[in-house]
Amino acid sequence: MSGRAWRRVVGTALALCATVSPALAQTPKIDGADTAWMIVATGIVLMMTLPGLALFYAGMVRKKNVLATMAQSLAATAIVSILWVMVGYSLAFTGDGALIGTLDRIFLAGIGMDAISPLAPTIPEALFMLYQMTFAIITVALVAGSVADRMRFSAFVAFSALWLIVVYVPIAHWVWGNGFLGTAGLLDFAGGTVVHVNAGVAGLVAALVVGARRGYGSENLAPFDLSMAVVGTGLLWIGWFGFNGGSALGANSRAVMAITATHLAACAGALTWIALEWRMRGKPSVLGMISGAVAGLGTITPASGFVLPWHAVIIGIVAGSVCFWACTWLKLRFKYDDSLDVFGVHGIGGVTGTLLAGVFAAAAVSISPAAPAGFPGLLEGNPRQLLIQLFGVLATGAWSAIGTLVLLKLVDRVLPLRASPEDELAGLDITLHGEALQ
Amino acid sequence: MKLIVAIIKPFKLDDVREALNRLGVNGMTVSEVKGYGRQKGHTEIYRGAEYVVSFLPKVRIEVAVPSEQADRVIEALSTAARTGQIGDGKIFVTPLDHAVRIRTGETDSDAL
Repeated sequence: MSGRAWRRVVGTALALCATVSPALAQTPKIDGADTAWMIVATGIVLMMTLPGLALFYAGMVRKKNVLATMAQSLAATAIVSILWVMVGYSLAFTGDGALIGTLDRIFLAGIGMDAISPLAPTIPEALFMLYQMTFAIITVALVAGSVADRMRFSAFVAFSALWLIVVYVPIAHWVWGNGFLGTAGLLDFAGGTVVHVNAGVAGLVAALVVGARRGYGSENLAPFDLSMAVVGTGLLWIGWFGFNGGSALGANSRAVMAITATHLAACAGALTWIALEWRMRGKPSVLGMISGAVAGLGTITPASGFVLPWHAVIIGIVAGSVCFWACTWLKLRFKYDDSLDVFGVHGIGGVTGTLLAGVFAAAAVSISPAAPAGFPGLLEGNPRQLLIQLFGVLATGAWSAIGTLVLLKLVDRVLPLRASPEDELAGLDITLHGEALQ
Repeated sequence: MKLIVAIIKPFKLDDVREALNRLGVNGMTVSEVKGYGRQKGHTEIYRGAEYVVSFLPKVRIEVAVPSEQADRVIEALSTAARTGQIGDGKIFVTPLDHAVRIRTGETDSDAL
């Protein structure tokens, strides 16, 4: 066959695909490959919290609070999971209300073997429900880092349950469940606003309400065992492939592109953070490397799935720089004690990444049957996208701040948020849990 | 009898043990301790938070020896533990009134 003939065959095939695909997309059908990938993605996103975040956080607190810190990740997992199947999933991911979903799927009503959500048309709805559950879990667990070393477990348990329903669920619906932000065209592939801005702002508010640790600014509050934090970072990093790659909701090229962007941003973030440290403080620290990596990962999250690999490197460099600034200057300047830098890394990273998604979004990456034109950003001549991104950041940040503040004040009336001075001094492991590392 | 207490750099412990063994010192007690002298501490930085760590890890050795052997033990110990850098440690010597080996009831020099 001549070259021209080949071209004609390929051209016809492409044209056929183009006309057939939208029809296929409109018929929900469970796909084996998509389902297999999403089962794996769900597992490794859960691994980000247990044991990833538990190790990452516990390695950065003092020895007397290691178990108490791990207890928060464990409790968040258990509480959020139960509430998610009871009511959380339904309110977040059904219906098309602007502010909140419906009660159609309460206690998983209607999620049988064949159920498929219109939001994920090629996998079982039960899997979509589980996958989204792992996001809710890690968001709640992330918040705890800002009040590590001093918040009482009972108050955290109550706060987690309320915060999931009042703050996380509505925001997830706004952005991913046909709510007003998704409808407005906000680009948030895997949770720059829903997870990172949300957890970061809530963390900042919690740190301000609960107050600084005893001895903050005067005593030595050095991390107990950074090697644990390094192991935790590794698990977070790998899990993030499922977090961002899985947000494609299928085993496809967009998932691979999102994973590529994710990995590159983590690497660029780590290198940037230690480069700044090396220059300004003389030594590249291990804590700096893992902080930079997590900053890169958090920041690329909303943009992954919309941007090209080289954009991810730039986003990682920006992430390493601004998060370094937030943790080493901003926090000291305003004297708030965000113990494990939930705001400095996730809050600032989430804002930065959500805005940069609006700058770098490349239409070619996000073309799908549902969106045949893809989503172009500022660089492709769509400056309005940046305004939508800013709107998304402000809306989620404001709701998170107000909701967190009100809930903390409410909980404090029944269960004091803060451990007594004696308990804080002796450590939360022994005083709250009756156990201790020897 | 003399009780010799030496505070040394942890990585010098094996050298010191070998040097004392060669002199026929039959036992010693070792503890991991923290402290500071002229070396002071060091500064640690975690995400911009600077902490001055005053107490550095050291090893404390206790050796009981007959009085006539004390000078040689001190000499061997200080040679083995010396690096010439600040923080090499110190040796304290005190008189020892009495010693008992618990298993046999032997006393003083026989108990060492």
